[in-house]
Amino acid sequence: MNLFSLFSRSNNSAPIARDRLQILLAHERAFSGHPDLVATLQKEILAVIVKHVAVDREKVQVKLDRGAAVSTLEIDIEMPASALVADKPAKAAPGP
Amino acid sequence: MAKVLVVTSGKGGVGKTTSTAALGAALAQAGKNVVVVDFDVGLRNLDLVMGAERRVVFDLINVVQGDAKLAQALIRDKRVESLYLLPASQTRDKDALTPEGTARVVAELRERFDWVICDSPAGIERGATMAMYHADVAVVVTNPEVSSVRDSDRIIGLLDSKTAKAEKSERIEKHLLLTRYDPLRAAKGEMLKTEDVLEILSIPLLGIIPNSEEVLRASNLGSPVTLAAPASAPARAYSDAARRLMGESVDMVVPADKKGLISKLFGRKVA
Repeated sequence: MNLFSLFSRSNNSAPIARDRLQILLAHERAFSGHPDLVATLQKEILAVIVKHVAVDREKVQVKLDRGAAVSTLEIDIEMPASALVADKPAKAAPGP
Repeated sequence: MAKVLVVTSGKGGVGKTTSTAALGAALAQAGKNVVVVDFDVGLRNLDLVMGAERRVVFDLINVVQGDAKLAQALIRDKRVESLYLLPASQTRDKDALTPEGTARVVAELRERFDWVICDSPAGIERGATMAMYHADVAVVVTNPEVSSVRDSDRIIGLLDSKTAKAEKSERIEKHLLLTRYDPLRAAKGEMLKTEDVLEILSIPLLGIIPNSEEVLRASNLGSPVTLAAPASAPARAYSDAARRLMGESVDMVVPADKKGLISKLFGRKVA
């Protein structure tokens, strides 16, 4: 550990803590009246898809990243081939 | 075989969440599959200490109530592959944590992980009793300070009476983790010594975590201290404790932070 890191290391962590808290608390305050928004969104989006495609609930991944300006919600739904070609059964691919 | 470990203390602010994160990360770095579970319903904080607060979607209560699958609620650590977090709910009432639902989730976690580390809330209410109920091993986090030692004694009593193991007349493994320890002050007789606390509580010692500024720095950064500053004194103490949990025998020492020349000079003067 050199002298520079001795002085700078612990000094640099407080602004990071402040930024993390500001982002987190802004989100928690904004959604305090609707804490389950993500769960509701996921449920309703899934309900629409299930109307058309058979989806395994275990194969649904929901990812959220709360940012300062923009948050991203990622809903990853695995659709098996069998669910997509339900009305025209898949043929074995001919060999080359 | 999977082990369920509860990190508990009775008293608040003694370092349960810090210890959960640090031990969890150390075990995961040793190649174990680890999940750290926040049982502090309504006041979750393990997500912040782990640095995953921006990624929480579902939580323990969602899984307990069947609103989400376990796989959806688990958050994988970005630094250590085999480390996962199951966050607590921030808003719902504590009664949502039902004994049946908790039992189901813990059983499911046992199948997936080598270590299930339950971060207990302070107090002796439902969250705390739910967190300890299924435990095979308990880590009682204690500061060398009178009220903390007294509360730890209460918790040890609960571990011996209100857990699944106790109800089956089996022995629950209990370990003492002494945190915020200042060897200098203990040597000068200003702080309870390790031997004093051990004699009063009479459970085996898992580790002594020295008081260190690295702990605050790690929580500022949102990283377990064992990952944020692996060479620091508290990180080495936590890593030793994790090795003892895995059955290794490691000499009990209180690591000290390596100090630069300047802080050594000034450090001596104030000490």
